[in-house]
Amino acid sequence: MNSAAEKIDGKNGYNFAFLDENAKKEIRRRILKAISIPGYQVPFGSRELPIARGWGTGGLQITLSIIGKSDILKVIDQGCDDSVNAVNIRRFIKSVTGVEMTTDTERATLVQTRHRIPEKPLTKDQVIIFQVPFPEPLRTVEPSEAETRRMHAEADYSRMWLYLYEDIVKCGEISIGARYPVFVNNRYIMDPSPIPRWDIEKLNNSECLNLFCAGREKRIYAIPPRTSVKPLEFEDFRFRIEDFKGNKCEKCGSANSYLDETIDEAAGTRHYYCSDADYCEKNLNNAVRK
Amino acid sequence: MGYIAVKGGKDAIENAEKYLEFQRLKGASDDLSIGQIKDQLYLAVDRIMSEGSLYAPELAALAFKQAAGDTLEASFILRAYRTTKPRVGYSLPCDTKKMKVIRRISAAFKDIPGGQILGPTSDYTLKLLDFGLEEADNAKRKAELEKLLGDIVNYKDYEDIGELPRVIDMLRKEGLVIENKRTKQEDIFDITRESNVFPASRSASLQTMARGETGGLLLLAYSNVRGYGDIHPALGELRVGYVPVMITHPLTKEPYEIGKVKITEAEIIARFNVEGEKPKFSLGYGVCFGHNEVKAISMAILDRAMATSGAKHASNDQEFVLSHVDGIESMGFTIHWKLPHYVTFLSDLDRLRKAQEVSGK
Repeated sequence: MNSAAEKIDGKNGYNFAFLDENAKKEIRRRILKAISIPGYQVPFGSRELPIARGWGTGGLQITLSIIGKSDILKVIDQGCDDSVNAVNIRRFIKSVTGVEMTTDTERATLVQTRHRIPEKPLTKDQVIIFQVPFPEPLRTVEPSEAETRRMHAEADYSRMWLYLYEDIVKCGEISIGARYPVFVNNRYIMDPSPIPRWDIEKLNNSECLNLFCAGREKRIYAIPPRTSVKPLEFEDFRFRIEDFKGNKCEKCGSANSYLDETIDEAAGTRHYYCSDADYCEKNLNNAVRK
Repeated sequence: MGYIAVKGGKDAIENAEKYLEFQRLKGASDDLSIGQIKDQLYLAVDRIMSEGSLYAPELAALAFKQAAGDTLEASFILRAYRTTKPRVGYSLPCDTKKMKVIRRISAAFKDIPGGQILGPTSDYTLKLLDFGLEEADNAKRKAELEKLLGDIVNYKDYEDIGELPRVIDMLRKEGLVIENKRTKQEDIFDITRESNVFPASRSASLQTMARGETGGLLLLAYSNVRGYGDIHPALGELRVGYVPVMITHPLTKEPYEIGKVKITEAEIIARFNVEGEKPKFSLGYGVCFGHNEVKAISMAILDRAMATSGAKHASNDQEFVLSHVDGIESMGFTIHWKLPHYVTFLSDLDRLRKAQEVSGK
């Protein structure tokens, strides 16, 4: 964590980790509140960053507020460390902190992510930070913030249940792909950020601390370790994860990871590869060793 | 195999940055100086200071140069700089009656105490291209300036013409307007330190609009006066000028002027409401950094529109207006759709395929 000594050697004329110490302190307080009330959205005075709103400024503010010199950071976008947005965020954090970066999920102390949770379960010594575009799961059924806050306060979730029910009636299926709403600690309905349904179970009773932040919408929320997280489902209509229909990763052969689908236009065929780049590479290396 | 790995992101970004820089440099023209932008493109500078929410003409001009003339991007650069500065204190309430006015008009009354002062306005210039400006000619520029100044030797940004009474105050004295509730200084919301909650206080609302994007405010205000709303505004007073910014001196504890900022201020008088027993006019207030009349008037209209109870239209809905007028936020999110969405899209695709399967049965 930050100490006063770190203040003096921030990079490029900016404070260590870019934000001023008062901003970091405020954000850390809001994080503590969020951890104390799992799934509850804590408003905070979101700061502008030199990266555009909607491009990970929430996740970034958490990372910048809690990162210290001994941390090792991994940044992924769509599961991939080398995606342009992940590269850009990593480059920025590196330039204002100088901390070590890694692509190795197991080595990282902090993982900032957009749209995925690494396949390899994170441990109690790790924190995962989610970039969140829409913190409000009820926005689908209610545009007003004043009203959704009331609904959360009173646990008035009937319209959400009705929405799911109507979805089944209309489509024969719940049509929500990613961003599937979950119940946290049997109290708050929470938006898990646009992770696929595949990743939802990783949130349930996880060993690691999960922090979520929406910079533009100015909300922080959290799932502490070993907290119950359940997707919304009906007794007679269960939550279902993505079905890859038996396809495996064509690089590492994994049949148990979320896959990217690519189209080979010339050949008219589809190909599947692990979305988690580090997981795939480790699988490959293990196979070579064997 | 048709698969192309998403690798090499770092090189791609660095090369893209070089290509962008090349766009700014490739022309044969002289390099733009910050002074030129500040002096000659001053309305862009004003707009950037207002939307970037930092009064710093040199930095705003620099941001404009760096952003190659994109005011949204320039305001964003300025705002991102602003956010790194710790909040060291607050100014005292700014009394705009003390404004050193360069322009002041009222559309509600023909004759106002202190008089109508047109000032530097493009309202009555014909929108014809001036081919006389085509050639950059320093000698001609100097000659024209000398001609304009005539006998004036010590030119200042403003002339001290004393305090001008407010037009609205005349109505106030007669008990014709509804008074807005006053907020105690310690109760003023700070939108840069806290997230807006709804219903937002008026101080939060005015702050949000004061750093709002000109086009966004204009769109919503226009929708109201065109027909999606019903406030029937009259422009009570529009002022442009320099106001002193006062702080409490840390040692003497006396008010102390730290400088002047150029602002535009608009007060609109809207249709009357029945408050208590007597019907009275209602008011709307707009203010922003720099000279930007479109923004100040739009803001004043929206300030009043949001006070309409039983809101029917977008411009009457405080949450709608305040959540969407910030250019930096709306721009950032709108362009974020360029980022990869492979994972979520595949998840949606899975749902569609499944739904098709189900409906095919």
